[in-house]
Amino acid sequence: MAANFNSADIGAFKNVWVFCEQRQGVMMPTTFELISEGRKLANELGVELCGILLGDNVDGIAPELGKYGADKVYVYNSPLLKDYTTDAYTKVITDAVEEIKPEILLFGASNIGRDLAPRCAARLHTGLCADCTHLDIDMPNYKGFLKEASTLPEDRIEKVGTVIINREPHAVDRDLKMTRPAFGGHLMASIICPRFRPAMATVRPGVMKKRECPKTAEIIHPAFELSAADIKTEVTEVVKAAKKLVDLIGADFIVSVGRGISKDVEKGIALAEELASELGGVVGSSRACVDAGWITADHQVGQTGKTVHPKVYVALGISGAIQHKAGMQESECIIAVNKNETAPIFEVADYGIVGDLFKVVPELTESIRAAKNAK
Amino acid sequence: MKIIVTVKQVPDTSGKVAVNPDGTLDRASMQTIINPDDMNAVEAALALKDELGCKVVAFTMGPPPAEGMLRELMAMGVDEGVLITAREFGGSDTYATSQIIAAGIDTYGVEEDDIILAGRQAIDGDTAQVGPQIAEKLHLPQVTYAGEIRKDGRTLTVKRMLEDGYMTVKVQTPCMITCIKELNQPRYMSVGGVFECYQKPLVTMTYETLKDHPLIDKSTIGLAGSPTNILTSFTPPQKGAGMMLEGDGKETTDHLAGILAAKHII
Repeated sequence: MAANFNSADIGAFKNVWVFCEQRQGVMMPTTFELISEGRKLANELGVELCGILLGDNVDGIAPELGKYGADKVYVYNSPLLKDYTTDAYTKVITDAVEEIKPEILLFGASNIGRDLAPRCAARLHTGLCADCTHLDIDMPNYKGFLKEASTLPEDRIEKVGTVIINREPHAVDRDLKMTRPAFGGHLMASIICPRFRPAMATVRPGVMKKRECPKTAEIIHPAFELSAADIKTEVTEVVKAAKKLVDLIGADFIVSVGRGISKDVEKGIALAEELASELGGVVGSSRACVDAGWITADHQVGQTGKTVHPKVYVALGISGAIQHKAGMQESECIIAVNKNETAPIFEVADYGIVGDLFKVVPELTESIRAAKNAK
Repeated sequence: MKIIVTVKQVPDTSGKVAVNPDGTLDRASMQTIINPDDMNAVEAALALKDELGCKVVAFTMGPPPAEGMLRELMAMGVDEGVLITAREFGGSDTYATSQIIAAGIDTYGVEEDDIILAGRQAIDGDTAQVGPQIAEKLHLPQVTYAGEIRKDGRTLTVKRMLEDGYMTVKVQTPCMITCIKELNQPRYMSVGGVFECYQKPLVTMTYETLKDHPLIDKSTIGLAGSPTNILTSFTPPQKGAGMMLEGDGKETTDHLAGILAAKHII
């Protein structure tokens, strides 16, 4: 650790950083979502937005970050950074943070981001908030968000602004307010990191919106130290799944299946596929179907699966556990088909049909086909 | 050689979850369970024990009733339990928690050929942070999201799952591995195990036990030692009820398709 580094010296830290995750030289889509969100935070703070990009010969993918609003990209190239290892990435990132001192550091909450961020936070002695779904600096914006997204009474929302830290009142105006679901989505909490910097967060993929904000990012290659002896693990192979995984996050139309297909699993999935293909979308599922082995985990929507907000989400035979709703309730239009009229899924549905999905889905596919043809 | 497994007792969020009017969780009215991913870590430890005959020690931090969970794990085959419990440790966030558990593990002792296993994440917070942060505080290498673990001498070969595939990672003991549910199917308690579990050793570590450890300082533990604070907690509003369509026949789906077309949704 740099001798003069002190994470409690808040005034020494400036600018918003985004860890730009790449795999095999290809930028992960979440990176652009984070750059867009980071741009918003940097504007609210009146500071610069910087990407930090690690890999082997990855200069070529750095300029694209400017398109979404990055002012600078710090690029660290080394054959030792080609494949992700906890040790190498943690060392390079924490050394850079100690040297350049950003006030905010964001990661995508991927299987790599969630391995790396906690390790960095522990080494830097700072706070980390996992799997955030909303980030704010500006207090009026934050209060506006609370009015929309919470059941808190308005007078309580107006009073939000100071917390007691070690018996002293602390104003949170310039703190990053990191909101995330807890207890499987039953509760939401806004977390702050008032006494240390950088404030660190991992952000749920698919939640933040990608927005273009064209800039010419300055590419910087800082000097850094890294040797093979720093790395205690060895990656012997990186294997991409043979099957093409379903792209739930990018889909405009998702037709999801739940326990209701149990009567005839194969037919249930086939009906969902047919409807999805008529809509030009993909098939999703609830956790129950994944746990039962009926469909692979890449299809799973919900708290432990993916968060989606398609134009249309069709829930077939899904009861609507809160963990599932947490992953799909922001969809623009929700259609639910369920035999049980008291199923909680109907609480979030725009249109509900009580009935047997094996009867309703073929009819619905046919009706949609006819309606499209009539246009 | 021994295997240390870190476990957590959590409220069961899969059933009904009770929330107090002030937006906090009504823990008193909820069942507690052993965190599901931790069960996979315990199973992985017991499978290695079956193969190699090593000792398995379960570590937890929590209030005194967490002893019951440790006894259940002993009934499954865990040899020893360590309960870290103190008022001073209450209110800890993930940073402070890992600081304390790392101090506990270090006090117990980590040897050359030991393995530390943890669940990927706990269902109350879903952070997945404590495993890696314990590893950092103990200066041990980590491999997270383990979907397969093979041991050959001091070398572990781990299939580390990614969203779009996996990577194979080799690591030497001592190290930290976090486990996912795809790793295995946890076993049940055995009848003999239930008989024996109260005879097995259970160590309690309090603030007094750990206070002289270099990782333990009033400024790094408990609420005062937690870098993060909760600003607000709240329940999300229910979306307003939508339109329930009458019937389940073709005229109903035609009606719905008509609405979607009129709204230019399809």
